[in-house]
Amino acid sequence: MKIKITEIFPSSTFEEGGEWLTFLVEPLNWKTVAQQLRSTDGFDFDYLFCVTCVDWKTHFTMVYHLTSTTYRHTIVVKSKLDRNNPEIETVSDIWRTAEFHEREAYDLFGVKFLNHPDLRRLFMTDDWKGWPLRKDYEDPINMIKL
Amino acid sequence: MTEEKNISEAFPGQVHPTAGGGILVTKLDEVINWARANSLWPLVFGTSCCAIEMMSTAAAKYDWSRFGFEVARATPRQADVIIIAGTIVNKMAPVLKRLYDQMADPKYVIAMGACATSGGPFFYNTYSVVKGADHVIPVDVYIAGCPPRPEALLHALITLQEKIKSGATREQIKNS
Repeated sequence: MKIKITEIFPSSTFEEGGEWLTFLVEPLNWKTVAQQLRSTDGFDFDYLFCVTCVDWKTHFTMVYHLTSTTYRHTIVVKSKLDRNNPEIETVSDIWRTAEFHEREAYDLFGVKFLNHPDLRRLFMTDDWKGWPLRKDYEDPINMIKL
Repeated sequence: MTEEKNISEAFPGQVHPTAGGGILVTKLDEVINWARANSLWPLVFGTSCCAIEMMSTAAAKYDWSRFGFEVARATPRQADVIIIAGTIVNKMAPVLKRLYDQMADPKYVIAMGACATSGGPFFYNTYSVVKGADHVIPVDVYIAGCPPRPEALLHALITLQEKIKSGATREQIKNS
């Protein structure tokens, strides 16, 4: 059912196994895909409930979890980012909750969100240097290496 | 055993019944310690998962008000014991210090759970957890567990009571 829907509209994307229907999107296409997911009638994804970033040591993956409050279906969108220059379009104008979630991803991973209204640190203090949740983050004062 | 001072006796001292009431013969220190130990009011301080276990100790099944911890005060000015239930992060450490300073003497500290004892599961590879609440304030009783069961917390509370009655807490040693 869901597979039919995703094949109709964003027809050039890939899917993998997982709990919810997952598909991959190029970071350049993300904004248009997000608009379509929000506005087309069969989808109606109006609730972005999770934005995370995963640090595989060679690249980052941004993961967006969307669900629809009217149809109650859930979908997961993943997007691979380059490690040295992680940039992606913001979706905070489509789903307002993404403002804070993207600030968190910026604070902890260093992912830059283009056109974000207020991109600054959320958890760490404002003058903290470094991106704590990256795999290669070193902090000699606080971290004790296992 | 009966000749030694039995710390867990009901009341330290002997009452001699005389006409018109009675005469109580005891040591003032013992009575004060007994009174303080039996009515310690804890401060509401739970940062993390251990707070859930603390709440369940305070609730009906493992009631801690049987032991005198009747009211859990939200203000440190009226609390006697602070039970550090949860992880202390770098941002929370000055807050904890301020709460401890605001408490009135005599005050006691219980470090509940692995995080408050030594950083717990966050001892390695974390950038933000204080490795043990005793880097911030002096602790009297440590409880192991992640989270410790309510019975373990009750045991620690009873241990603190016995420690106070025998005059061995940090407060009492400092002031003696």
